[in-house]
Amino acid sequence: MIKAILVFNNSAKPRLVKFFEHYPEEVQQRILRDTYQLVSKRDDNVCNFLEGGSILGDNDCRLIYRHYATLYFIFCVDSSESELGILDLIQVFVETLDKCFENVCELDLIFHADKVHYILQEICFGGMVLETNLNEVVARVDEQSKIEKQEAGISAAPAKAMTALKEMNLPQKIKDIKLPDLNLNLRF
Amino acid sequence: MSTTMDQVVKKAKDSFGPIFDKSLHDLVRGIRSHKDDESKFINEAIDEIKQELKQENMSVKANAVNKLTYLQMLGYDISWSAFNIIEVMSSNKFTFKRIGYLAASQCFHEGTDVLMLTTNMIRKDLNSSSMYEAGLAMSGLSCFINADLARDLANDIMSLLSSTKPYIRKRAVLLLYKVFLNNPDALKPAFPRLREKLEDQDPGVQAAAVNVICELARRNPKNYLSLAPIFFRLMTSSTNNWVLIKIIKLFGALTPLEPRLGKKLIEPLTNLIHSTSAMSLLYECINTVIAVLVSISTGLPNHEASIQLCVQKLRILIEDSDQNLKYLGLLAMSKILQTHPKSVQAHNDLILQCLDDKDESIRLRALGLLSGMVSKKNLMEIVRKLMIHMHKSEGSHYRDELLSKIIGVCSQNDYQYIANFEWYVSILVELTRLEGTKHGGMISLQLLDVAVRVESIRQFACNQMAILLENAHVFILGSNSSSVAEVLYAAAWICGEFSSSLKEPEKTLEAMLNTKITSFPGHIQSVYYQNILKVITHIIISSENGGTVAKDLVSMAITKMSVFLSSGDVEAQERASVVLNILKVVLKLIEKSEFNPNELTVLFDGVLNPVASKAQRKVAIPNGLDLDAWINDPPSESEDETVPSNPYEYSKQGLFSDDQRENYYNASNLSSNTGDNSPRQYTELTSEELDKQRETRKQSEHLNPFYIKETKKSKSTAQTNVSSAILDSSDRSQPAMSKGTIPAGLQLVSSDQLYRQSKIDQENHRLKNKSKADSGSAKKGKKSTRKTDSAAADNVDENLYPAIKVTRGGELPEGATESGNEDNDEEKYVGKNKKYDPHRALNIDLSEPVHVVPPLAPALAVPEPISTVTEQLTTATTKTKKKKKTEKDEKPKSKSKRERTDYKQLSPGDEEDKRVASPTPLQPPAATSTIVETTVPKEKVKKKKPKGKESTTETLTSAPLVRDIMGDDDINPMSSSNQQANEPAIYKSIAESEHLLITSSITPSSSPAQLDVTFLLKNRTSSIINQIDVHVIDSMSSKLLNTTSPNHVSFPSISVFPHAEYYIHIYFAITAISFPQKLKTTLTYTINKPSSENSKETIEFKLDLPCSQYLIKKTIDSNAFADLMSSSTLTSQSHINIPSSSQDFPSILKILCQSYRFTVVDQIASAASLYSESVLGHPIALLLKSSNGIAIDGKSTEMHFLSNLLEEMKNFFK
Repeated sequence: MIKAILVFNNSAKPRLVKFFEHYPEEVQQRILRDTYQLVSKRDDNVCNFLEGGSILGDNDCRLIYRHYATLYFIFCVDSSESELGILDLIQVFVETLDKCFENVCELDLIFHADKVHYILQEICFGGMVLETNLNEVVARVDEQSKIEKQEAGISAAPAKAMTALKEMNLPQKIKDIKLPDLNLNLRF
Repeated sequence: MSTTMDQVVKKAKDSFGPIFDKSLHDLVRGIRSHKDDESKFINEAIDEIKQELKQENMSVKANAVNKLTYLQMLGYDISWSAFNIIEVMSSNKFTFKRIGYLAASQCFHEGTDVLMLTTNMIRKDLNSSSMYEAGLAMSGLSCFINADLARDLANDIMSLLSSTKPYIRKRAVLLLYKVFLNNPDALKPAFPRLREKLEDQDPGVQAAAVNVICELARRNPKNYLSLAPIFFRLMTSSTNNWVLIKIIKLFGALTPLEPRLGKKLIEPLTNLIHSTSAMSLLYECINTVIAVLVSISTGLPNHEASIQLCVQKLRILIEDSDQNLKYLGLLAMSKILQTHPKSVQAHNDLILQCLDDKDESIRLRALGLLSGMVSKKNLMEIVRKLMIHMHKSEGSHYRDELLSKIIGVCSQNDYQYIANFEWYVSILVELTRLEGTKHGGMISLQLLDVAVRVESIRQFACNQMAILLENAHVFILGSNSSSVAEVLYAAAWICGEFSSSLKEPEKTLEAMLNTKITSFPGHIQSVYYQNILKVITHIIISSENGGTVAKDLVSMAITKMSVFLSSGDVEAQERASVVLNILKVVLKLIEKSEFNPNELTVLFDGVLNPVASKAQRKVAIPNGLDLDAWINDPPSESEDETVPSNPYEYSKQGLFSDDQRENYYNASNLSSNTGDNSPRQYTELTSEELDKQRETRKQSEHLNPFYIKETKKSKSTAQTNVSSAILDSSDRSQPAMSKGTIPAGLQLVSSDQLYRQSKIDQENHRLKNKSKADSGSAKKGKKSTRKTDSAAADNVDENLYPAIKVTRGGELPEGATESGNEDNDEEKYVGKNKKYDPHRALNIDLSEPVHVVPPLAPALAVPEPISTVTEQLTTATTKTKKKKKTEKDEKPKSKSKRERTDYKQLSPGDEEDKRVASPTPLQPPAATSTIVETTVPKEKVKKKKPKGKESTTETLTSAPLVRDIMGDDDINPMSSSNQQANEPAIYKSIAESEHLLITSSITPSSSPAQLDVTFLLKNRTSSIINQIDVHVIDSMSSKLLNTTSPNHVSFPSISVFPHAEYYIHIYFAITAISFPQKLKTTLTYTINKPSSENSKETIEFKLDLPCSQYLIKKTIDSNAFADLMSSSTLTSQSHINIPSSSQDFPSILKILCQSYRFTVVDQIASAASLYSESVLGHPIALLLKSSNGIAIDGKSTEMHFLSNLLEEMKNFFK
C-alpha cells in the first residue's frame, strides 16, 4: 500500500499532499516536516530509499523519493510495494505531469494543485496502483478536462480572458524541471 | 504598467460581478506576495471564503471550496466547511462535482459526521451514466468510506464490477478492498466475484484484482492458499511486471505456510530471474526465492544452485553503479545471510568495499552484513577497518552504529571468532575514548563479560582497567554528554573482583580513593565503594607483614571514605557507610591485635559463573503455582512494553538505569556476592556475627535450589601470554580520540599494536611452517611440497589461534538443558500488544462455503435440520474417512465435532487414499443423517456404493485445486478450497488417453442461461502438454460460447506441466432444457516431448449434460412457495416412487440438495418440500413423502424437463 504521496520543494513548501489514511492537519504537517528533514540532507547521488521508521505511526514505512530540480516527490509505502516499482511510478507520475502541463515546472504545481490531484487520481487509487500506462493516464485526464471545458462553455470565456490578462504580469515561467535520463530499470 | 493592469482588472471585476471573486490562482498569488504576514492574509482569505460559501451561486461556492482544498494542504483545518463541500459534490456539473469530491477526499475521514448525508448522492454518482462521475465518486469513497457507507453501498459497488467499462471495473475492484476493511462481513459473499476478476479480459482490472487479493492475503495468508493455482497460472502467463511483482511478493508470504508451494515456485522463478530484464522484477524474484529457501531448508535438489544464482545476481546488483540497486542488493543479501552465511561470505570483498561507500544508508546495510562475514582469520582486519572508519566518520549516529557493530561482531557466539583477547580488550578500551557515544553501557558490559568468561585475560584486563581508574578524571570531564563513564563501572568492578591479578594494588586503591567519585552516577559510586573494600582485603591478605600495613591502609582508607558518606545517591551512600563501618571494625580489631584477615575475605567468597540468559525460564515451576492466574484484578490494557531480548539493546538508554539494572545483573550474575550479604547499615558487626551470618547464608544457599553452587572448574589450559615486549614497547602511539587525553607513557595497550603483533606472529608461523615444509620437501621432492604447503596452511590456523578457554553459554538450573527455539515466546508477547488492526477482522476462511440457510418455517422446525451445504459436506468427509480409518471411530462423541473440522484440513497420505476418501456427494451416505454415527462396517459401505456408471466414477474434491500446481506431490492444503464458494465441485472422469486424464464438472454459470463446464486435465506424461483445443458440436438446445472458430474453443496460453493438473472452462448457452444431451466433444492437444518432436493427439468423448445439470440453486421462502403451489402456473406434474430398501429419507433429501441443487423449503419428520429452478428460470417444486418407500411428486412448468429429471433421479436411486 502507498500510505502517502508528498511533493514539496527544496525549502519544504508543500506542493501536493495526499494521505491515503486519515491524519489530522497538524499531524500531516509534522509528517511533511519530518520527511523533509530526512530527505533534504541527502545528496543527490545516494540511493532513493529511506527507512521511514515510525514517521507515519507504525513501523512498516519506507520512503521512496526522487528529486527533480526544485521538487522532491516522496512516496511513503509499506513492505508490500516494490521499491523499484514505486520509483518507476514516480517517474510515470512526473512524466504525466510533464505531458499534461507541457513541460512542467514548479509554478505549474503551485498554481494548479487541484489539477495535480486529478492527475494523481488516475494513477493511484486508495493507496493502490491504478494505472501505470502514461498514455492511458494522459488520455483520461484530457477527456475530463474536455468535459470541464464544455461545461464552462461561453460563460467561461470572460474568465479566461481575465486569467490571460493577469498572467501578462507574471515573470516568464521558469521551465526548470529537468527530467533525468530515462534510463529506467524497468519499463512497463 | 502594473497599475494600469490592476485598474483593468478592477474594472473587469466590477463589470462581471461575482464570477470574478478571487480564484485559486489569486489566492496562491496572494499568499506568495505576503510572505511576511502569510497567516494574516490567509485568515482574511478564509473570511472571504466564508462569505462566498453563503452565496447561492454554485460556481462561487465551488471556487471557494477549491481554495479551501489548497489551504488544507498548507495545514489549515477546513472540516468546518464539510456541509458546503457536500453541496458542491451534489452539483450537476462535472467541474463542480470534481472540486467537491477532491475537497472531500482531502478532508473527510471515517469520523466525519456529515457523511451519513451523502449515501444517496454517492449512490447516484456511482450509477451515473458518465464513467468519469462514477470514477470521481469511487476515488472519493476510497478516501473517506466508513462502516455505514461500506455497508450501504456494497451492493452498488458490486454491481459496478460487471460494468462494461474497464475504467469503472478497475476502480470498483480496488474500492472493494476499502469496503472489506470497513465492513468485514462483505468479504465472504463478494469474494467469488473478486476472484473472477483475476481472469478479467482487461489487464488493468486483472492487475487491480491481484492488487486487492495480495493486500488481503498479506495479512491473512492462510485463507488465500487455495488461490495459489490461479496465481501460479497468472505468474506463468502474465507479462505485466506490476502484476508479476505483486504475485511474486504474495508467494513470498504464502510459502512459509506451504513449503511444497515453494518447491514448485523455484523453477519458474529461476526462469524469470534468468529471462527478465526488469531489475525490479528480478529483485522481487530473488527475494521470493530466498523466502522459499528459508522455508524449505532441506530436500530440494537444486537448492545450492538456486542460492548461488541469487547470490550471483545480487552481486551484479551490488556492483552496479546505481546506488538503489546496490542498496537493495545488500538488503537481500542480509536475508540470505541468515540461513546461508557461507554463500554470502564468498563475497566478502564486495561487502567490505561497500563500507567505503559515500552513501550512509549503503554503509549501514553493509555493516549489517558484517556479522556474517567474519572468521577467526579476518576479524582483526575487519575490526581495524571499522576503527579507521570510526575515526573518519562524521555524525554520531553512524559512529554509534559502528561501535555497536564492532561489539556485536566480536561478541557473537560467545566470542567465537576472537583469537586474541588482549586485542579485544584494548579495542574496547579504545572505544571508551570515543567522543559522545551512547554506548558506554555496552562497552562496560562487554568488559565485564569478557573478564568473567575468559579467565586467562583477567590479568591483562585488570591492569588495563587499573589504568582507566587512574585516569578516571578524563571520564569525569568528558561525561557530560556521553555515557562513556559507564566504563568505570566495569573497571572498578574488575579491579576489585580480580584484585589478585593487579600489579600494583596499592596504586589502584589510591587512584580509586582519590577520584572524585561522588560526581559519578550512583550505580558507579556503589561499585566503587564495594570494590575499594575488595582491593583493601586483597592487599591486607597478600601483604607479608599483615599488622602494620593493614593498619596504615585501613586508617588511610577510613579518612578518605568518610568523604563519600555525603554521596547524593541513596544506595551509594548506604554502601559507603557499610564499607566505612566495616573498615572501622577492622581497625578496632587490628588495634586490639585480634584481627584475622580471613574474616574479611569471607565477605567476598565464592566464584562467579555466568548464568545462561534462559536460566530463569528454565527454573521448574513448583507444583501448585499458577503463573497465569491473576493475584489481583487485572489492570487495564497496558502500553507496549517489551523487554528486549538482546542484552545489548538496553545500552541505548544507559545500561544501568532504573529497572534495566535487574536485567543487567541477570545477564552476568554479578550480584551474587555483592549486595545481599552486606551487614545492615549502622550496625557494627563482630566477627561472631559475621560467622553466624556466614553460617546462615550457607544454610540458605543449601536450601535454596536456585542458588548457583560453586563448581570445580578446570583451570584454563591455554594461556595467552601478554608479551611484555608489547607492553614496554616505546612505540606506543595512541591516536588521540578524545578531548581529555590520557597522558602518554601509560600502560594502555593499543589494539593496533596487538594487531600488528598478531600479524607478525602469523608471518612467523608461516615462515616457520614453510621452512619446515621446505626442509621436508628437500627430501621428498616437488610434488609433496604442495601438499605440505596446504597442510601447513591448515596448521597455521590452529597454531596461530590457540584455544582460549571461554566460558560459553552459562549455567542453567539443574536438569534443564539448552534448547534453541524458545525465543518465540517473546515474539508472541510482542504480537499481543499490537494496536488494533482492521485486518484481523478480515481473517475469514474463504474456502468455507457461504452459508445459505434455506428458510424453514418456524412452526415446522425439526430438531435436526439439514440446513447447510457445509454440514453435509463435512458429514460426507467424516463418513468416508471413517470407512478408511475405523480406529478413529472409537473417539468419544463429544469430540467428534472438532474432529470433523480436522478432517477437513487433513488430506490423505497418498493419491489413492485421497480419491477414495474425498467427499463424494453422489455416493449415497452409508447410514442415517446423524453425524456422530459410529463404526460403519466396511462391507456395508461397499454394498451401498452406487452401481453402474457411477461406480467407476472418480470423484475429486477441491484438493486438486492446490495440487494443480503441485503435481503429484501429496499435499496438505491448509484449508480445503472449493471451486465455487457456495458449492463443491464434483468431478467425474469422462475420458482419458495415455497422456491425459480428463475429469469434468458442470455448474450453472454466473450469467443466466449458461452452463460452465470445467475440465480438469491431468497430465500423465513427463512432458508439457499445450495447445489445447476443444471442439464441441452444438445441439439444438446448447451452443458453445467464446469460440475462436465455430464450435471451437482453444486455449493457446495454457500449458500443463508434467504430472500437473489444469482447469479449463468452456461455456454453453442453453436455449432449451427439456431433454438430456450428449455432446460429441473432441479435445486435441500437443505433447512437447523432450526430444523436441511435438505430437498432436486427440481424445474424443461424449459430454453428458443430464437434465439435473440445468438446475440452479435457488431459495424461496415458505410463503412464496405456498403461493406458487396454489397458483396455477405449475401445470405439469410427475411422480416417481423409490422403494424403501435402497435409500432412507434423510439421505435422499441430502442428495437432492447436493447433487440436484434443490433447497429445502419445509420439512417435517417424514415429508419435505423442495424447490429449485432451471437455468432458464423454470420453477421446479418437489414433495417428498416417506411412506412405504419414498414418493416424489414433482410440479413444474416444463413437462418434459420434469419427467426427464424425475426419471434421472429414479435411475440414480435404484
